[in-house]
Amino acid sequence: MSEYLLILVSTILVNNFVLVKFLGLCPFMGVSNKLETAIGMGLATTFVLTLASVCSYMANEYLLAPLGLEYLRTITFIVVIAVVVQMTEAIVHKTSPLLYQVLGIYLPLITTNCAVLGVALLNIQEQHSFLQSALYGFGAAIGFSLVLVLFSSMRERITVSDVPEPFKGNAIALITAGLMSVAFMGFSGLVKF
Amino acid sequence: MSFLVLIIVFSILGLLLGFVAIRFKVKGNPLVEQIDKILPQTQCGQCSFPGCKPYAEAIAKGEAPINQCPPGGEAGIAALADLLGVDPLPLNEENGVEKAKMVAVIDENTCIGCKLCIQACPVDAILGTAKHMHTVIESECTGCELCIPPCPVECITMEPVHETLALWHWQKPSDTEDKAN
Amino acid sequence: MKLWRFNGGLPALAEHKNESIHLAIETAPLPKQLIYPLSQHIGAAATASVNVGDRVLGGQKIAQANGVISAPVHTASSGTVVSIAEHPIPHPSGLPAPCIIIETDELDEHLAPSPIEDFRQSPISELINIVREAGIVGLGGAAFPTATKLDVQNKSSNIQTLILNGAECEPYISCDDRLLRERAEKVIEGIDILLYILGAQQAILAIEDNSPETFKAIQKATAEYANPLISTVKIPTIYPTGGEKQLIKTLTGKEVPAGHIPADIGIVSLNVGTVYAIQQAIVEGLPLTTRIITITGDGVKKPHNLEAKIGTPIKDLIDCCNGYTSVAERLIMGGPMMGFALPTDEIPIVKASNCILAASSQEVATEKDPMPCIRCGQCASACPASLLPQQLYWLSRSDQFQKAEKLNLFDCIECGCCDIVCPSHIPLVQHFRYAKSAIKSQRLEKQSSDKARDRFEAREARLAQEKAERAERSRKKKEALKNKEKPTLATPKAPLPSDNVEN
Repeated sequence: MSEYLLILVSTILVNNFVLVKFLGLCPFMGVSNKLETAIGMGLATTFVLTLASVCSYMANEYLLAPLGLEYLRTITFIVVIAVVVQMTEAIVHKTSPLLYQVLGIYLPLITTNCAVLGVALLNIQEQHSFLQSALYGFGAAIGFSLVLVLFSSMRERITVSDVPEPFKGNAIALITAGLMSVAFMGFSGLVKF
Repeated sequence: MSFLVLIIVFSILGLLLGFVAIRFKVKGNPLVEQIDKILPQTQCGQCSFPGCKPYAEAIAKGEAPINQCPPGGEAGIAALADLLGVDPLPLNEENGVEKAKMVAVIDENTCIGCKLCIQACPVDAILGTAKHMHTVIESECTGCELCIPPCPVECITMEPVHETLALWHWQKPSDTEDKAN
Repeated sequence: MKLWRFNGGLPALAEHKNESIHLAIETAPLPKQLIYPLSQHIGAAATASVNVGDRVLGGQKIAQANGVISAPVHTASSGTVVSIAEHPIPHPSGLPAPCIIIETDELDEHLAPSPIEDFRQSPISELINIVREAGIVGLGGAAFPTATKLDVQNKSSNIQTLILNGAECEPYISCDDRLLRERAEKVIEGIDILLYILGAQQAILAIEDNSPETFKAIQKATAEYANPLISTVKIPTIYPTGGEKQLIKTLTGKEVPAGHIPADIGIVSLNVGTVYAIQQAIVEGLPLTTRIITITGDGVKKPHNLEAKIGTPIKDLIDCCNGYTSVAERLIMGGPMMGFALPTDEIPIVKASNCILAASSQEVATEKDPMPCIRCGQCASACPASLLPQQLYWLSRSDQFQKAEKLNLFDCIECGCCDIVCPSHIPLVQHFRYAKSAIKSQRLEKQSSDKARDRFEAREARLAQEKAERAERSRKKKEALKNKEKPTLATPKAPLPSDNVEN
């Protein structure tokens, strides 16, 4: 039990995928202009990451490993992730066309989100069980969503403030992200993992 | 052997995708309604589309940029940018500049009652009939200026709207940056 | 009596009451002209019910109320209506509005008043009607039609507490204070009438604790009137404790929810000047034609309170105070916190005018250049409505009106506490006023663009209909022609006379 709690704390705070491992920076910078968009993106990524994490684990465990096809791992994982993202895209398009329009290109770009492939591959590397893989993926996504929401709230306030001209836009956003990263360093050593 | 397995697995995944694509098919485009709500409904055609709805459809399809509407002005562009999650663009001055709200006024001494302006008005804001005096209903006029070209005696002019107590509003205080600099 | 404290406020704001409070109320003389704007209240403007050239008597109705949220207007003295036209009115825009202008004659004839002996013999609806017909509106500054406020039985609200607002928190203004010192018994009688109308369980008359003489006067009057439901209380002098919602919080600890009125939590609050007007209308049968107004500031020679006729041009009132001094710089309607500057003294006073401040340059806050916001948060600590002025400032400044509205921009009472405490001298209230009126303009524009869309679509539908009808008609005609031709071909041709000629 405590082991699963540890996985969650580790992936959400201590080894946050965006601020500590520096994966998934593309949607982090691209979708964080507005809070509503960020929340939508966070939910979409959570759905994709958890499902992809589980599916890739199962693909590796029941298909690739028994047949000795480990060298096809990367291709298989990418195909699995692409299918999951396409499904998510169709569902989002139907349920919330505005969110679909607003996310724009970043929704199919979840396919190339290195956090998603990273989670899938790390599960294999760490030799996680089924439940551990699922929790790892879920925790990674929650950590991603948390940081995305925090960052977009800050960005909304920074946009309307008196930012010096050379720093406006992405420059001040990256500085903020760096400072957030430094803040999250405070969690290191919390979990011996 | 591995090839075969892969082909089978990927085919299954492809079929799954196809099923999802059909099951979650989206009909129509509700985004168009939301864009149309933001546009000022002047129906003037300055955006080079025959009305506000066609322009909204073009924006939804991604065929037109959001900065084509002068009556909507900067505020309209900002609202569209906010809705679509894109950066606001400056108004495309080729279509016209943002002006204060104007209404059309017919000079009754010159009007010949030819009905050409009535046919041109997209919101039926001109009252009148053949060989009788025409007049613009001020409260319904959107300032689109479509009535001015058809008039054969050039008796229609645009005048700024009467400022009444009901329409008056506070001005924005000057920015701290301007004053501090 | 237990008192609560609202958030923030300015306890140490200089009061400046001494300038005008020591002299008794003087009745201002009859002016040569009385100018009556048709809109002196919240709601629809009244409609004139006299014509140019009519002779009117004092107390006569000259404009009808227009709908439920509206009030009639009465003239204070006899004279002739010389015009009904646009005239400058007291409004921050400086724009003119329709007014009835009456040239007074020296006769000062009045209509016979219709007093009521014992108001408890009259049904409540009749008393409310008298208040409505007397043209009474909130005299504390808001000018909401009082009869509509009192008519709570229709809304089935249960009113437990009646609050009488004698807490004149804005600096310089002392009209309510003098009214309570000199005419407390009539105000207490007015409270009694209101208790009868509203059926409330208690009435609390509250004044600030900076005026012990006034408190003695109201205590004496309450004891003499001997209605056990009426009590008096002194509250701490903090600006803006006289704001309706702040006063309710101070006296009852309850907060009026955003978007609601005090009646929704069982409370009705009225200014003491309004209560006096109600007593005058019911017991003495007089419509609202005069009010107590403070003329003060370093810019007048004799600052004090006047009982002035509504419609009097301000210059006549200044003359009654022995004229301007040499340091008079600006003319302000209202107090230094919530008042606005006037362009000329030809403007008349209206029902809601409680003070004219002829300010010298010392008394007007010098407009310092605003510096950038340092995010100190003093404004939020000072806000009596518990809002976030700093956030509202950033949002108003960047025109993000929807977000500002979500942060309860419309609950701002524009008291000016945040302005005073801001170390960067940012004119916060100006930003909020701009944002509020921008949102209102946007709403109006949206309404008119929705209407334009409906008209456009109706027109398109009509044109399509006409086109379809034309197509239908021409199709029918074509068919009819075809049917006509067929029988002609089938029957043999009859021989023509020309055939025989040819042969």
